[in-house]
Amino acid sequence: MSDRIRLKAFGMLAEKIGTDSLEIENPGSSEALKRQLLQQFPELQSLTFRMAVDRKLIQAETAISTGQEIALLPPFSGG
Amino acid sequence: MNRFERQVILPGFGPEGQAKLKQASVLVIGAGGLGCPVLLYLAAAGVGRIAVVDGDVISPSNLNRQVLYGEKDLGKNKAETAVRYFQEKYSDMQWTAIPEFITVDNAQAHIFHYDLVIDGSDNFPTRYLVNDACVLLKKPLVYGSIYQYEGQVSVFNVGSHPCNYRDVFPNPPAPQEIPNCAETGVLGVLPGIIGNLMALEAIKVLSGLGKPLNNKLLLFNSLNTQFQELEILPNPTTQSAIPTSWNEFHQRDYALGVEGVQQLTWNEAMKLMGQEVAFVDVREPGEEPPLECTGLVKVPFSTLSKELGRFEEAEEILFFCQSGARSQKAAQLLQQTYPDKKIFSIRGGINALKS
Repeated sequence: MSDRIRLKAFGMLAEKIGTDSLEIENPGSSEALKRQLLQQFPELQSLTFRMAVDRKLIQAETAISTGQEIALLPPFSGG
Repeated sequence: MNRFERQVILPGFGPEGQAKLKQASVLVIGAGGLGCPVLLYLAAAGVGRIAVVDGDVISPSNLNRQVLYGEKDLGKNKAETAVRYFQEKYSDMQWTAIPEFITVDNAQAHIFHYDLVIDGSDNFPTRYLVNDACVLLKKPLVYGSIYQYEGQVSVFNVGSHPCNYRDVFPNPPAPQEIPNCAETGVLGVLPGIIGNLMALEAIKVLSGLGKPLNNKLLLFNSLNTQFQELEILPNPTTQSAIPTSWNEFHQRDYALGVEGVQQLTWNEAMKLMGQEVAFVDVREPGEEPPLECTGLVKVPFSTLSKELGRFEEAEEILFFCQSGARSQKAAQLLQQTYPDKKIFSIRGGINALKS
């Protein structure tokens, strides 16, 4: 059983990543995931976004376990 | 027979719920894509007193989603036009039109008088300003925003562990991250859906019906029709970003600043105007209201990078746009090309001129 997690990207993040949903190897923590994403998708470096782990917005570095769903959430301003 | 009969007979709502709505007052900030559906349903539901704040005028590009307005309304103020529409429609409500943009100077006075605030604005400076004012006043705030095919909805300052916008996004993004307001497309039905969800949340908070979205951020994607709810919690570390007093609030500059770009107010800009100063409108054709005056150059932001040569002669350049975001990007671009010229962006753009 491989250690994989699911990413869901919203708004402009989905555009930059090229999909709104993908499965990747579990990097183990929210900070490690962020580092990996910024390296893989350099356009994200200039974007503000927050992460949610299993539908809870996180406020600090958080451990990620197998099978969890990570949401990548940018702010929207339109009205 | 009364116009609320079908909701009064609902179990769980009843005459009590109706009486609470009748007693309630709501301030709707922004009568655009979100504000229009919010107003339609709060008015139909019988909220007793509603005020509409918007300094903007109706332009043709608004009509695919701002469903209160039609062709005959072009060029008119949104708050006044919306209020006139509802005054004709319902005789049992009190309406106030506030044809201004919300600012650090008027926010406290406007928000203070209402039980609940709706944020239907369309830019980050207003969203953070309204959020902070509502935190200071402990006022329930129904938040909604959209980007292309997606929307977000939440309810702030409600419940025993109240959250606000800064618990979700502590600080505004940099202007460079934000797509141009004139270039972001939208299908009218998306703000229709998000605005209706906002009206629903307002009715729930005001009448005590059901469970509002406090401590939750609801996400909607119109392309796959998926809703998702995220749990949000108060974040003690972000509270420091909110002014702690009205004095501090009044001093706060909510305009987004691009690093290295000098910003001027309209008054400061007027004093600079003269022979060697290029005064440049970087809005796209069709943005309202058009500005005509001698010496004004129009170079839409979308073509600016191809027309940099036009500024060779000018010693000083003053850029403006609708809200002051694109003009900062324009100033940054020109400064890279002409490091020795004095280049400024007018703070708040045309919106600041109107208010």
